[in-house]
Amino acid sequence: MKIVTGNDLKTGAVTWWTGYDWSIHVEDAVDAGDEADAIMAREAAACRVNNPYAIDGERDADGKVRPAHIKDRVRALGPTVRPDLTLKPADPEARDWVI
Amino acid sequence: MYKYDQYDQAMVDARVEEFRDQVRRRIAGKMDDDQFKPLRLKNGLYLQLHAYMLRVAIPYGTLNSRQMRALADIARKYDRGYGHFTTRQNIQYNWIKLAEAPDILADLAKVEMHAIQTSGESIRNISADQYAGAAADELIDPRPWCEVIRQMTTFMPEFSYLPRKFKICVIASKEDRAALRWHDFALRIVKNAGSEIGFEVYAGGGMGRTPFIAYKIRDFLPTGQILSYLQAVLRVWNRNARRDNIHKQRMKILVHDLGQEEFTRQVEAEFEHFLSLGQDFPQAEYDRVAAYFDPPPFEQGLSDELDLSDPAFARWVRHQVIAHKAPGYAIANISLKPAGGIPGDISAEQMDLVADLAETYSFDELRATHAQNLVLPHVRKADLYAVWQALVEAGLADSNLDLVTDIIACPGLDYCSLANARSIPIAQKIAERFADAERQADLGELKIKISGCINACGHHHAGNIGILGVDRKGSESYQLLLGGSGDENTTQAKIAGPGFDEDGIVDAVERTVEHYRAVREPDERFIDTYRRVGMDGFKEAIYG
Ligand code: HEM
Ligand code: SF4
Repeated sequence: MKIVTGNDLKTGAVTWWTGYDWSIHVEDAVDAGDEADAIMAREAAACRVNNPYAIDGERDADGKVRPAHIKDRVRALGPTVRPDLTLKPADPEARDWVI
Repeated sequence: MYKYDQYDQAMVDARVEEFRDQVRRRIAGKMDDDQFKPLRLKNGLYLQLHAYMLRVAIPYGTLNSRQMRALADIARKYDRGYGHFTTRQNIQYNWIKLAEAPDILADLAKVEMHAIQTSGESIRNISADQYAGAAADELIDPRPWCEVIRQMTTFMPEFSYLPRKFKICVIASKEDRAALRWHDFALRIVKNAGSEIGFEVYAGGGMGRTPFIAYKIRDFLPTGQILSYLQAVLRVWNRNARRDNIHKQRMKILVHDLGQEEFTRQVEAEFEHFLSLGQDFPQAEYDRVAAYFDPPPFEQGLSDELDLSDPAFARWVRHQVIAHKAPGYAIANISLKPAGGIPGDISAEQMDLVADLAETYSFDELRATHAQNLVLPHVRKADLYAVWQALVEAGLADSNLDLVTDIIACPGLDYCSLANARSIPIAQKIAERFADAERQADLGELKIKISGCINACGHHHAGNIGILGVDRKGSESYQLLLGGSGDENTTQAKIAGPGFDEDGIVDAVERTVEHYRAVREPDERFIDTYRRVGMDGFKEAIYG
């Protein structure tokens, strides 16, 4: 699957295209299929998100969306070396989700 | 230290307001990212993996307690309670919001700081020996020259559209603590046969994809001619540089393409031309700047005695404290490499504490080092125990300067959008593996440097043991390099062999170190042993 990501213009936070809006949780991302280019062009013009781009996504064992490449998994979670600064600070398994 | 005059302050204030307006227009959707990006980069604002990142310049690594407290306030008010010291004596904040960036720059301007020229194709923050003005072995304080060059070049049109970034370093001792020859342009202050002060000049160094050690291009340049000479160097580069290929635009490529002799010849010809224009600054201008760097009022007649009966304190003194030029004083290094920590990270509270210590015990001065540590440059020996106790309290008293756990590591894949692999966890695992203080002390000086990609921000080319993160079919992999150094005998590390995974690289480091222990001669540092015995034995030990 193709998922579309970018960084929120104001906060720089990593965001994911949900089909109608942006979410900071990758689980909310949808398969953009053939529409990725159109979504990116429209959203870049709307100046809410920086540099949107499409990446390969996959579903984990629970069926939740997760980026295929480690770099985007680190982006999706937050730094693996500061659990307190990740999106899942209380989840001891968060780091394993990346690697 | 240097104080802004009315022009400096007005320029920096004007730049803050200009940027405020640019941010307003970007948020209002009046500019797209392509238009805005060069503007934010001119103010040190990057967009990294998780947020905007602001890189703040600490000219020649010197700052006072008021500035350090302002950096702590920024960490608390606009970031997530910490800052990150880098290998070029800058500080970075990782979690900046775009709308607040102008406020941060305004707060910085109030304490005579800014983020100009911490990005882009400019003359970057000028680096220097972190012990400048304090070291027992220095000829003169190199910082006035850094400041003069900074002032002369900051807004000069010829220097604001360079083919690529340009990094300058100035030192004034034989021992090189600033990785001089890894810079595009570097000056070592020396005395000639007639006892005049001048510069030994180096050009064409740099790491990254195509690493080069700088050539010496002049044995002696009278200090007063530095501006003409620098202009000549930049003119030769500007004229000849390739602007068609971003990987080939750094000056190091040109210097090594032309060769030491031809590059020098062209520079000397240009230099004659610039000298004839008589544009070098007057001595009075240098004197004005240098006066800000007058030595602090050291007390006379202090004792050099130290009570070392507390063994933990004695260990800290042995590893962290360096000889000072004034009797009764010492240079105290503060480790930002606690076991399991993130190299270079420091919390806002720790920054405040360090600022307090500088104010009370070090004539209000602090330094940031290229090894991502801090320094209190002028501490009375009699005060060292009190300083140490405060550092212990704050978790800043590790005794590992230049030891195996004093690792330089770039942010890598945990923060950096260019990375191929994570660097910090590797540093943490190695530090944990070698946590035992006795073992560290036994191994002696051993510089490990880790980068998360070929750009070499973590200086892996200069590591006694260098580690480079690469992407191998979508997974992290780590190459081991040996034999690099950034000291006065600068060498470039060589790749030992095939790469390792995250745990494998830690084991490989251990095998490397154990081989060193097995073959070293008494008093031989790791790098000396490597230079004596060469790569083969190490290779055998690592790969079997
Ligand atoms: C996180 C954002 C960063 C970005 C986007 C970035 C970008 C880059 C790039 C593109 C290069 C290669 C330049 C070339 O072609 O020579 C480079 C090199 C370098 N950067 Fe960074 N960097 C970042 C962080 C850092 C940090 C954290 C440090 C210090 C710890 C640093 C210091 C350096 C140094 C010392 C080099 C060495 C290369 C040389 O001397 O030529 N950078 N950086
Ligand atoms: S070396 Fe690469 S990964 Fe590390 S900070 Fe520099 S650009 Fe990023």
